[in-house]
Amino acid sequence: MSLILRTATRFLLPLLLLFSLFLLLRGHNSPGGGFVGGLVAAAAFALYALAFDVATARQLLRIDPRRLIAAGLLVALGSGMAAWLARKPFMTGQWSSITLPGVGLVPLGTPLLFDLGVYLVVAGVMLTIILSLAEE
Amino acid sequence: METILAVVIGVLYATGIYMMLRRSLVKLIIGLSLLSNGANLLIFTVGRLTRARAPFVPEGADALQPPYADPLPQALILTAIVISFGVLGFVVVLFHRAYQTVGTDDLDEMKATDT
Amino acid sequence: MRPVLPILIPLMTAVAALLAWRWRGVQRGVSLLGAVALLVAALILLASVWRDGIQVVQIGSWPAPFGITVVVDLFSAIMVALAGLMGLAVAVYSLGSMDTAREEFGYYPLLHILLMGVCGAFLTGDLFNLYVWFEVMLMASFVLLVLGGERAQIEGAIKYVTLNLMSSALLLAAVGILYGLVGTLNMADLAQKLRSAHHPGLVTTLSMLFLVAFGIKAAVFPLFFWLPASYHTPPVAVSAIFAGLLTKVGVYALIRVFTLLFRHDVGYTHTLILILAGLTMITGVLGAVAQNEFRRILSFHIVSQIGYMIMGLGLFTPLALTGSVFYITHHIIVKTNLFLISGVVNRLCGTYELKNLGGLYQAHPGLAVLFMIPALSLAGLPPLSGFWAKLTLVQAGLETEQYVIVLVALAVGVLTLLSMLKIWTEAFWKPSTRNSQPSVNRRQLVHVFFPIIVLALLTVVIGLVVQPFFVLAERAADQLINPEAYIRAVLGGTS
Repeated sequence: MSLILRTATRFLLPLLLLFSLFLLLRGHNSPGGGFVGGLVAAAAFALYALAFDVATARQLLRIDPRRLIAAGLLVALGSGMAAWLARKPFMTGQWSSITLPGVGLVPLGTPLLFDLGVYLVVAGVMLTIILSLAEE
Repeated sequence: METILAVVIGVLYATGIYMMLRRSLVKLIIGLSLLSNGANLLIFTVGRLTRARAPFVPEGADALQPPYADPLPQALILTAIVISFGVLGFVVVLFHRAYQTVGTDDLDEMKATDT
Repeated sequence: MRPVLPILIPLMTAVAALLAWRWRGVQRGVSLLGAVALLVAALILLASVWRDGIQVVQIGSWPAPFGITVVVDLFSAIMVALAGLMGLAVAVYSLGSMDTAREEFGYYPLLHILLMGVCGAFLTGDLFNLYVWFEVMLMASFVLLVLGGERAQIEGAIKYVTLNLMSSALLLAAVGILYGLVGTLNMADLAQKLRSAHHPGLVTTLSMLFLVAFGIKAAVFPLFFWLPASYHTPPVAVSAIFAGLLTKVGVYALIRVFTLLFRHDVGYTHTLILILAGLTMITGVLGAVAQNEFRRILSFHIVSQIGYMIMGLGLFTPLALTGSVFYITHHIIVKTNLFLISGVVNRLCGTYELKNLGGLYQAHPGLAVLFMIPALSLAGLPPLSGFWAKLTLVQAGLETEQYVIVLVALAVGVLTLLSMLKIWTEAFWKPSTRNSQPSVNRRQLVHVFFPIIVLALLTVVIGLVVQPFFVLAERAADQLINPEAYIRAVLGGTS
């Protein structure tokens, strides 16, 4: 493909991935979330596959997108089952907080974990579809 | 506003079904997606059209302040869009394979499993 | 915790199988283990619902009309137990019959995702969530149907996918309008609010939308055409699980919706359902009589049997609903078994065409007996399970003086016997036309015959020891016809 696209993609890929993480974390209290984040992450790799080729994109990804789906489902399931440890119904949010140096008290809960699962599943599903369609 | 949207929904359903009744596979896909868009818009409309704030709890308050929009229809539509997106993705691949194996996109040629 | 396990176990199994994508042996083991765990969880759930009454889980601790509720009454628990049983039967059968290419392309994860969708649809107490589970189930079934990519499969899948997507769009529209009308989607809450609805006419119209949407999925007349066009195309294990469970999810949804939500105008809606039931039985069985291919005959019989299940709903008396629940139980076991047997016949003779089959009674008398049990049960001969199911429905019809539907049910029973005898004479009794016997792998045969024998035994047991199963169906029907317990269990003591 064109040199401009390739050069631009090199810069865009890390930016898009960072942005997808931003969306994932922001989604907790504001618009955003795992679904959009996963889509943006998948779009980043799809762009890379367009600019270079599918094999390079797969190499860059390192991990089979199907594994991403499985990992995401596991994370989401785990976040739901964490409620059982506290003897609450499935998917009840569990919260704890940690103190980060410089930031202060950060509340952490299973909803974020669930969102992370969604992020991985969406990215995995999209990449499975896009990459295998592009390979045809 | 409701009237306009009702007409739009009607048109979406009508064109969707018209497209689905054609013999071409491609038009079948277009028909299906029009139909699911019509259904989404229908949910949006019957969920009441109001001028209101987004249903977020404002800073410092502990409950929603009226007037706020009903978030549920939008959540339903979002779910439905995601599902129809996945399904349509599958349908496109399936029809592509069908075109490859059967060698035509004419539905009338695909009678091997009938009778 | 218990009520959500039948949804989570298949999901975990699918994830584990997905992680073991490259190792076929691991996938087979995981699939078997998952199916066993699902059956055990489902049976424990059934026992606890039997003992302690309706069980409810508010997902995420959100109280009832706002969050998603998982509700298990006896009817749901019976259906989940049957799904677990069929899942295990097909998982075992697949070990001995599925080809390597399909196994390597994700057959086992898909099978368990399908089971998750089916169990989710049976367990949910929220109408929109029901739509979502339908879609989960449909997506898995789409891929299972085309896995392998043969021409017949793809052509069948186009019809299956298109008509099912139409029904999904209709269901979505119906759910949306219902929300606009009543302002809730929790089924128990809906049941309560619909009782005092101000627009009975609108509610009846809406109920017709639901009837069409679920009718397509349940293959009710005149919406069944996708079924005989697609069910005979995939490998037999897939056909069997589809035949056993998928249309029954549609029937379950119909029964749930028309016993819980739309019971304000029984004279209109349920009479219509009764008429549809009669027409479904007749068209289905006539289609079956006209066919000459093993699996196609069975496919058309699914349609005609759906008519019997709907008939109980249409009569809408406690006895009739008991008949429906009992009929579904009997039918799922028998129909899956018949499909599995058709697979064995195909393996032995290399074809499903009746005219090329023959001599099976002489060569394999054991298989012939195994075929006779579900076949005669399907036709409703005593003392097998189908006899009691039909007897209950006929008795319910006589009690409500609906003589026409009783007559139809009996006549369709005779025609069912006729087409089962056609398979018998053509495939088993007629002298063989072939010379060579294909070689059969003994170890695979164990996997194939084990589920068939167990299901056939179950058919006989239900026929001989009918009392406990009948009482179970009776209690389930009682909960359906008096939904107060269901509503109270979901919404708490406020009602």
